[in-house]
Amino acid sequence: MNTDEFKKVNTKNSTRLPVDLSDPQIEEFGRELDAIREEVIDSRGAKDRKYILTVIKTQRILGLLGRIMIYASILLLPAWSHDLASSTNFWILISLGTLSLATAKILENMEIGHNILHGQWDWMKDPDIQSSSWEWNHVCPSDQWIQSHNIKHHTWTNVIGKDPDIGYGLLRVSSRQKWRPFYLLQPLYAFLLAVLFEWGIAIQELELGKMFKRKSHAEKIRPLLQRTGTKMMKQITKDYILWPLLAVVMTLPFTFSGVGPSLFVVFFSVLIANVLANIFRNMWTYLIIFCGHFPKDVYHFTRAQVENETRAKWYVRQMLGSCNIRGGKLFHIMSGNLSHQIEHHLFPDIPSNRYPALAPRVRALAERYKIPYNSASLTRQFGTTLWKIFRYSFP
Amino acid sequence: MSDKKHSPSSTKSKSSFLAKFSAFTDKFAYPLRASHYVELLNPLWAGHALKAKVVKVWDETKDARTLTLKPGFNWRNYRAGQHIRIGVALDGVQYTRTYTISSPPERNDGLFTITVKAIADGRISHHLVRKIKVGSFLAIGLPQGDFYLPDSRPVKPLFITAGSGITPAMSMLESMLAKDRMRDTVHIHYAPHEFDAIFGERLKKIASEHSLYDLNQVFTHEYGEHKQTKGYFHAEQLEKLCPDWRERETYACGPQPLIEAMEKHYTLENMTRYLHIERFSAQLAVIPKEAVGGTVSFSKSGIDALADASTALLRVAEDAGMNPPHGCRMGICHSCSTTLLSGCVRDLRTGKLINDVGSKVQTCVCAAAGDCELDL
Repeated sequence: MNTDEFKKVNTKNSTRLPVDLSDPQIEEFGRELDAIREEVIDSRGAKDRKYILTVIKTQRILGLLGRIMIYASILLLPAWSHDLASSTNFWILISLGTLSLATAKILENMEIGHNILHGQWDWMKDPDIQSSSWEWNHVCPSDQWIQSHNIKHHTWTNVIGKDPDIGYGLLRVSSRQKWRPFYLLQPLYAFLLAVLFEWGIAIQELELGKMFKRKSHAEKIRPLLQRTGTKMMKQITKDYILWPLLAVVMTLPFTFSGVGPSLFVVFFSVLIANVLANIFRNMWTYLIIFCGHFPKDVYHFTRAQVENETRAKWYVRQMLGSCNIRGGKLFHIMSGNLSHQIEHHLFPDIPSNRYPALAPRVRALAERYKIPYNSASLTRQFGTTLWKIFRYSFP
Repeated sequence: MSDKKHSPSSTKSKSSFLAKFSAFTDKFAYPLRASHYVELLNPLWAGHALKAKVVKVWDETKDARTLTLKPGFNWRNYRAGQHIRIGVALDGVQYTRTYTISSPPERNDGLFTITVKAIADGRISHHLVRKIKVGSFLAIGLPQGDFYLPDSRPVKPLFITAGSGITPAMSMLESMLAKDRMRDTVHIHYAPHEFDAIFGERLKKIASEHSLYDLNQVFTHEYGEHKQTKGYFHAEQLEKLCPDWRERETYACGPQPLIEAMEKHYTLENMTRYLHIERFSAQLAVIPKEAVGGTVSFSKSGIDALADASTALLRVAEDAGMNPPHGCRMGICHSCSTTLLSGCVRDLRTGKLINDVGSKVQTCVCAAAGDCELDL
């Protein structure tokens, strides 16, 4: 195929995938990926179990330490007027506590929750670590998220009109999405979505946009709304009511005897630490996830292109529609190994700790078949994503 | 009188206060429970899962080992002869097996023991006997089972045990000793030879110190032999070793051939209601030649699988890539029970067909009998 022909198949109305491969060649590519998958599945074992148990334990220790440091920082408020009490010491400790709590929340959502809910650890048959029963530390109920993420997004990755994660129903990230004046302010929406990301995810499945179009929609989503509402309330109660209030209760006896800081300061210190931990988590997950499918050179697909799609073609679409972020070991763990978005989309139920070793193999395979493999630094991936959000706000 | 009336209600309000308190602390840890953080300090303090710490291992014979376990806070005491489920992770995968507790409930150090024999090709038993180290933790279940001596009437027990089937009898014997209430007991124990008998020395010691306990060890192997050559259970042997067996309650535990031989004899003598059996594995009925399998539809998972007439449905589901709940895999714990939505299954223990829609099906001991649909 020469360049002109290639351009032809890559136009809007084409039913072909934008790769220079015949159908039998694509099928062979698929068989190679199937073989890699089988190989990894057969080699899962005690090391993998140890890995996830260690991550879970580390996450819980970080969470607990964060809470303890936030509480201990209250004891350093200048109003106590003991030797260690100073606003510098208070700020240092409460910042450390907030960071520790935020790190725990990030680990829980990404390397633990996201991956367990993908069924990556179901093979261990550990009753405590099963996709069907794990409830993650997030305002979106697990089963609802599985519905919108595992089923819709992973099946229909980057298919316009089918994948709910293209712009999260809020942003225009592809020229194939029709422009509306609504998108003019999308840099602002994108920023708000970053701060409130978990809430955005939680209401995504409710498809609130449809409320304006169809009245019956409100009736349809009521049960979903109730479940999501319950989960939201429990998360709010924990972070924004119970923990700050307990700190107040513990300070109360001192206040009565006339020492210590004002209860107002105590309550808001703990509250703000929790709010910030949640916002840090939101912004970090947003950063990683937006780099997964939005950077420059990522492909989007039409419904016509995925008609009668074989598993091998699905593989090709996952490769073209996902982007990796380069980074160190800690970065990969903190991103839930979603920095290996391509490998994750090819093998969503393979344990995430295996993605780093898989990446060079998949990359070499892609090179042999001349299929683009989109991997770059965080700066490049997020930079081009931001540019797209800005650019596509205009027609 | 008033005391009696008060004590249950006060314990009840105490426990409901505790329940309320723990529900309240759980709100701070949502969506986990407070116990998930307590577990970080000591797995035995966890309230959400029962674990036990291995505090001692001791070889009873060349292939049997006693593990002394320290159970977690929410353990409850057991009756001599009961068993527990043990969860072990092997190559990253968690397996569940059932083992009888071999120590007496009167043991007052809060510990209990299980005695495991490494069976040929038994990956889990081999792991427990050879690989488990002191200090490791095992997931355990609460004590279960109805294989124990009655408190209400003074029975004269006859223990017939073989190999690691000694474990419930050992627990019962030690329990009787601890209570200083040795009953008039006859014990027939089959072991390969005198150096390969689990608890052999201990049994001899009890026999020498207590005239009420009559121990008869039957050795079934010559030294160096791998196959059983002698000493099978038979009627004359029973008459000889325990002439008054008809006046006793028999408690039997051992491999399937022994249990089958005993059941046959007791049925012949019309004595089955005096026979109490603890099995190593579910006893399966003969599957008729004309029996056929079929397609099993797992409705919740949307998976269909072909099954023959002899493979347990649990296995069929697992081979189809599912992970349905299960426990003992021998039909006693009911962890695997599910609902029959349509079609017919065969209970492999009795050979009986279950075809009433809505019946409970124990997937670990039932196989397909034609097409069927399960709520899994």
